[in-house]
Amino acid sequence: MVPIAYYLVLSAVLFSIGVAAFLIKRNIITVFMAIELMLNAVNLAFIAFSRQWSQTTGHLQVNGQIFVFFVMVVAAAETAVGLAIVIAVFRARSTLNVDSIDLMKL
Amino acid sequence: MNTDLHLWLIPLVPFAGFLVNGLLGRKFPRALVTTVALVASLIPALQVAAIVTKFSSLTLPHVENLGAWIAAGGFHADFSFQLDQLSLIMLCIVTGVGFLIHLYSVGYMAHDPSYWRFFAYMNLFLFFMLTLVLAENYLLMFVGWEGVGLASYLLIGFWFTRDSAVKAGKKAFIVNRIGDFGFLIAMFLLIAHFGSLSFSDVFSQIGAHPAWQGGFLTATALFLVLGATGKSAQIPLYVWLPDAMEGPTPVSALIHAATMVTAGVYMIARTHVLFDRSPFALSTVAVIGVATAFFAATIGILQTDIKRVLAYSTISQLGYMFLACGIAAYSAGIFHLVTHAFFKALLFLAAGSVIHALGDEQDMRRMGGLRTKIPVTFWTMTAAVLAISGAPPLAGFVSKDEILYQAFIAPNGGKIFWAVGLLTAGLTSFYMFRLWYLTFFGKPRFETAHEEEQAAVHARSDTKLTVEAEPAHPVHESPWVMLGPLVILAILSVIGGFMGWPEALGGSNWFSHFLEPAVTVGTASPAGDKQTELILALVSTLVAFTGWLLAHILYFAKPELPARLATQLRALYALVKNKYWVDEIYGALIVAPVLFIARWILGVLIDRGVIDGGTLTAGYTAQSFGALVARIQSGNIRSYAGWLAFFAALLLAVSYFGWTSHLTLR
Repeated sequence: MVPIAYYLVLSAVLFSIGVAAFLIKRNIITVFMAIELMLNAVNLAFIAFSRQWSQTTGHLQVNGQIFVFFVMVVAAAETAVGLAIVIAVFRARSTLNVDSIDLMKL
Repeated sequence: MNTDLHLWLIPLVPFAGFLVNGLLGRKFPRALVTTVALVASLIPALQVAAIVTKFSSLTLPHVENLGAWIAAGGFHADFSFQLDQLSLIMLCIVTGVGFLIHLYSVGYMAHDPSYWRFFAYMNLFLFFMLTLVLAENYLLMFVGWEGVGLASYLLIGFWFTRDSAVKAGKKAFIVNRIGDFGFLIAMFLLIAHFGSLSFSDVFSQIGAHPAWQGGFLTATALFLVLGATGKSAQIPLYVWLPDAMEGPTPVSALIHAATMVTAGVYMIARTHVLFDRSPFALSTVAVIGVATAFFAATIGILQTDIKRVLAYSTISQLGYMFLACGIAAYSAGIFHLVTHAFFKALLFLAAGSVIHALGDEQDMRRMGGLRTKIPVTFWTMTAAVLAISGAPPLAGFVSKDEILYQAFIAPNGGKIFWAVGLLTAGLTSFYMFRLWYLTFFGKPRFETAHEEEQAAVHARSDTKLTVEAEPAHPVHESPWVMLGPLVILAILSVIGGFMGWPEALGGSNWFSHFLEPAVTVGTASPAGDKQTELILALVSTLVAFTGWLLAHILYFAKPELPARLATQLRALYALVKNKYWVDEIYGALIVAPVLFIARWILGVLIDRGVIDGGTLTAGYTAQSFGALVARIQSGNIRSYAGWLAFFAALLLAVSYFGWTSHLTLR
């Protein structure tokens, strides 16, 4: 039985990597990937807690897993919209550098 | 019987004239402006005439209340008008002389491009002056008081493209403001002590307490005197009146001779109940009056501008009125006010006619010999000069003698007042005949001066061909619309004195008896014996004659003498010629420090330093703080995310470790 702390540490490490990548990287696509990484780190924590809770109560607890599904759905929708925006930005600016896209209007 | 006289119409008709001409006059043809202005000044005159016929059947004082104006707590002031003997006489003067001067102005101002504006202001003046005269409380009187000051300011600065006119207007307004300050303080004192500004309230309360003497009554009276010295151009606030001659001549005649400047005298006579209780205030008025009378007369001797001579003469005559009020001979003061209104308005209008005839020449050194050229002006002017000089039996003789006689016999008068007044009468006669001789006698000096000027112009120019000699302005008599008022006023100046012909000379002194109920309380005026009065009249006639004789010798028989005298008495001549340097002294002692305070302490230190500095500092602080904070919102997404991450981490740390400084694990 792997203790929950391992999962949580892994989740925290993944989340931190995501934050760091989000802050450091300049390419929008990479930034997107960093966001996905953070979301998945959270998903991992949800699953870990869900499993832990089932074990301590003796009943199957699926709240965390349902949350994960929601997160995945939202992430998919967000990716679809985000990639569309990325394409539009690239067509307008010919660049994907976030630092040069610091105006709200295109 | 108490009939409704519609007193409110008297001031309001000129106001309507002001509105019509002031708002629409620019578009009107001149004839229409003239009609509006004349009708607006004639209607009040006719109404006053109608009131005169009904006057004996009225219960006096006749008060008409139009309703509340201010009602705040226990204090209230109404729009109420009062008619008694005193205000009736003032009404007659203001509307009568006012209408004549309006008529005269039609001729005098005929060529002015701002014709409509002039008449609008004149009607405005009549409105305020009539309000002042008719007011039943101090507050309404003060409205008129301020309003005539405004009209005076507007009319002095009527030719506002001339710098000196603008300055003179400002000076008049500011000097009057000092006096108005006194009036305001006096009103505050009255409210504090009587809780009312109505004449009847205040006077009945004073009447109900015979024990009240001096004290705050003196204080109130002295502040009122300060107001009166401002409006009536007395020491120490007389300096504005000579400069006020920058305005058109009819304005000088109406506002600065006949009506507005007498407002101070009227106010003192109106408030006599208060003054009667304060011997000190009365003596102050008398001293101010007699000092001003003498002082201004000496300045008048050496002035060369015809209107300025008349201005100083006005100040001097107002001094007589003050003297009369100061010895509690109010009816004598008002009588002099009336006769003065006749002959001084006439003098100004005649001077205006002279100025008009010579093409805007005011310097008497460039006049002379006009006697035959403008005969009507000459004869009317002669009547006025004789009247003001005190030649019996003209108006000035009667009224001035009344004042001198009262000064001689009055218990609180004194022989010194009489002596100085007599001396002033001699000076008056001297400077008036000087003006008369310089203007109408001797060789004509205007043409020679004109030619010299032309010669100078020619000398300066290289080629004579380029300079066309201007056609000499022919000396011409004024049109009849100007001469008519002159003649009427001349007649009044001659016969006006018979209204108050003294009993000692077989008259009945109708004027004094008529006015008595309005200006005396109980005490009968001291009875003098007729012999004294006769002797005094003889003495003052002799003094006036001496003045004429001196003027005759100096300015007619031996015209070279004045210049010799001037060099022999150089210091004295310079002193008087420069008007005792009063303007300069005021400039150095009051105007310069005030300007210094205004410019450096209030302007630079307070205004620019404290107020501007304070607000600007606050503004700049907010701005720079904003600029600092605005950097956070850079538009750079990653910096936002950085802040987000940082504060999220901070929040996490705080929630985990708590705010405590020792970061112990829970």
